[in-house]
Amino acid sequence: MALVDYYAIEEELHEDERLVRDNVRRFVEAKVMPIIARHYQDGTFPEDLVPQFAELGLLGANLEGYGCAGMGDVAYGLAMQELERGDSGVRSFCSVQGSLCMYPIHAFGSEAQKERYLPGMAEGKIIGCFGLTEPDFGSNPTGMLTKAERLPGGGFRINGTKRWITNGNLAHVAIIWAKLDGRVHGFLVPTETKGFTAQKIDDKWSLRASVTSELILEDVEVDEDALLPGVAGMRGPLSCLSQARYGICWGAIGAAIGCYETAVSYAKDRVQFSKPIAGYQLVQAKFAHMLTEITKAQCLTLRLGRLKESGKYRPQQISLAKRNNVHHALEIARMARDVLGGNGIMYEYPIGRHMMNLETVYTYEGTHDIHTLILGQDITGIPAFD
Amino acid sequence: MKILVPVKRVADPDNANKVKVSGDGTKVTSDGLEWKMNPFDEWSLEAALRLTENGSSKDRVGEVVLVSIGPKDAVQTIRQGLAMGAERGILVESDDDSLDSHVVAQVIAAIAAEEKPDVIFFGKQSADGDSNVAGTKLAEMLDWPLVNYAMAISTDDEGKSFTVKRELDVGQQTLKVQSPCVFTSSDRILQPESVKNGVTPADFAYPESEGGRYASLKGIMKAKKKPVDEKSLADLGVEAKRVNEYVKFDLPPARSGSTTFVESVEELVQKLHSDAKVL
Repeated sequence: MALVDYYAIEEELHEDERLVRDNVRRFVEAKVMPIIARHYQDGTFPEDLVPQFAELGLLGANLEGYGCAGMGDVAYGLAMQELERGDSGVRSFCSVQGSLCMYPIHAFGSEAQKERYLPGMAEGKIIGCFGLTEPDFGSNPTGMLTKAERLPGGGFRINGTKRWITNGNLAHVAIIWAKLDGRVHGFLVPTETKGFTAQKIDDKWSLRASVTSELILEDVEVDEDALLPGVAGMRGPLSCLSQARYGICWGAIGAAIGCYETAVSYAKDRVQFSKPIAGYQLVQAKFAHMLTEITKAQCLTLRLGRLKESGKYRPQQISLAKRNNVHHALEIARMARDVLGGNGIMYEYPIGRHMMNLETVYTYEGTHDIHTLILGQDITGIPAFD
Repeated sequence: MKILVPVKRVADPDNANKVKVSGDGTKVTSDGLEWKMNPFDEWSLEAALRLTENGSSKDRVGEVVLVSIGPKDAVQTIRQGLAMGAERGILVESDDDSLDSHVVAQVIAAIAAEEKPDVIFFGKQSADGDSNVAGTKLAEMLDWPLVNYAMAISTDDEGKSFTVKRELDVGQQTLKVQSPCVFTSSDRILQPESVKNGVTPADFAYPESEGGRYASLKGIMKAKKKPVDEKSLADLGVEAKRVNEYVKFDLPPARSGSTTFVESVEELVQKLHSDAKVL
């Protein structure tokens, strides 16, 4: 069931990878596509999909053990691609749960923390959110103000504010990154803890079928075992971001394919003057460009996935693919919108939704410009930021 | 309970516009086709999985063996079924051109002699050839009871006998059959409470669905390790000798004309009368 596959990338995929892609696609077409425009319009996340994500094994799919599927990174990426062909918000839910919340517990948690959280998170019964960004610290998370201090009798007190937190109001546990004695540490904070509040951010044009929140921690006290013991410093949150950005690289291809296919099919049917608009040079030039960029992104991202599977990837390589794929997905969405004319802005077609969603994807998990500077530093050895 | 489910790969019906006929018109060419499991086989596989599991706990209580006949890469259809939950598979290698319903029925009969299943659960037909012959022919060859287009199946003796409902134009027919037997299914077999195996709690209902279950990512990982035996037609003592000769395939005529939108029912009736001349 290859959709856009101009370079026969199908042949480079293993049997299980094709099966993952095809089964997730079937699920998205049956369960996500019919309901997603309505949720987007209403600004609601389709919560009843969560147990179905869990049953399919989409939550923490590339982690080993603790009820997770233990998929390879390419299979995981293809699942993210198919989810985002449905909607970026739906894919974001799974990215946050798996890559930003389950991954750090899996990588840096104690055995007790893993057993307490991971099986329930894989089953979708415990939902997580990831608190790194703050109102005044986005691209520069190192400057965060959220602080943890040791309590005399053991445990910690945490104070601070986190913003733009996906799943914030759905979450049972928040992974809060806070400075303890000047170094960044991760804390597993149950959201029912006294002093923890989540406020939903409703008035947004983008990612409307996803919950975005502000988290306020006011003298939140947690036990000693809330601390993630395996990591200190920015390496902790940044390694989570590498995982999530990797999924975004694939997701962006899914959104781009969704827009491209819609536009091609529309242009073949839409007659203006004497023939379908697909027969005019300006429209064909758009399609040639869209197909070229999708094909380049597919080749790039499959190679990145193979590097990641062999453990040889560098975070800068993920930056290159995130920067490229999201940039071109957004460009493709805008071109597709153009091809559809007035219909391009209607809820009846997925393009306007993808286009608005991709504005968020362009910015979150490292903005386009920040990834540019990560590459700039990698090329020259000179950071363009302090 | 052991159930043999033959699964055929067919050109994806959702991409049927890519199907092409060879120059001389005697066969459908497979170049560039996207394959998927015949949807009618998928219904029967779903019913077979429900008969052999505790639907509530998902524990397997029986065995489902998949058989596919075709080139080596037809194994992907078996792998999909294994990922949905079947235990093992058998791939009988053959090129597609050597097969017709008669050869298929002979192959399945030979495998039935080795495997001794309680049930052979066919799709009622395949979505490409639409012959609707293989299951019936097989039952005749084996001299086993046959129930076509089953809409509900129940057993309370672990598959020694089955009560099966069929949907008829005039109502429903209920039959009792002893195993071993051959079934084919109608889409109503997918209804939430159509399969009762005496193990799944009586009040358990499957989710509404238009097809078989999704293969979960864990199921796909497990399927990688499940065994698939490869056999040749010669291993089974079957000669690839078709009794049907395919003379000609024609694609449907290309659609012509364009879409016209009308403002009212009156205008529609008028246009059907004056322009389309169908009234």
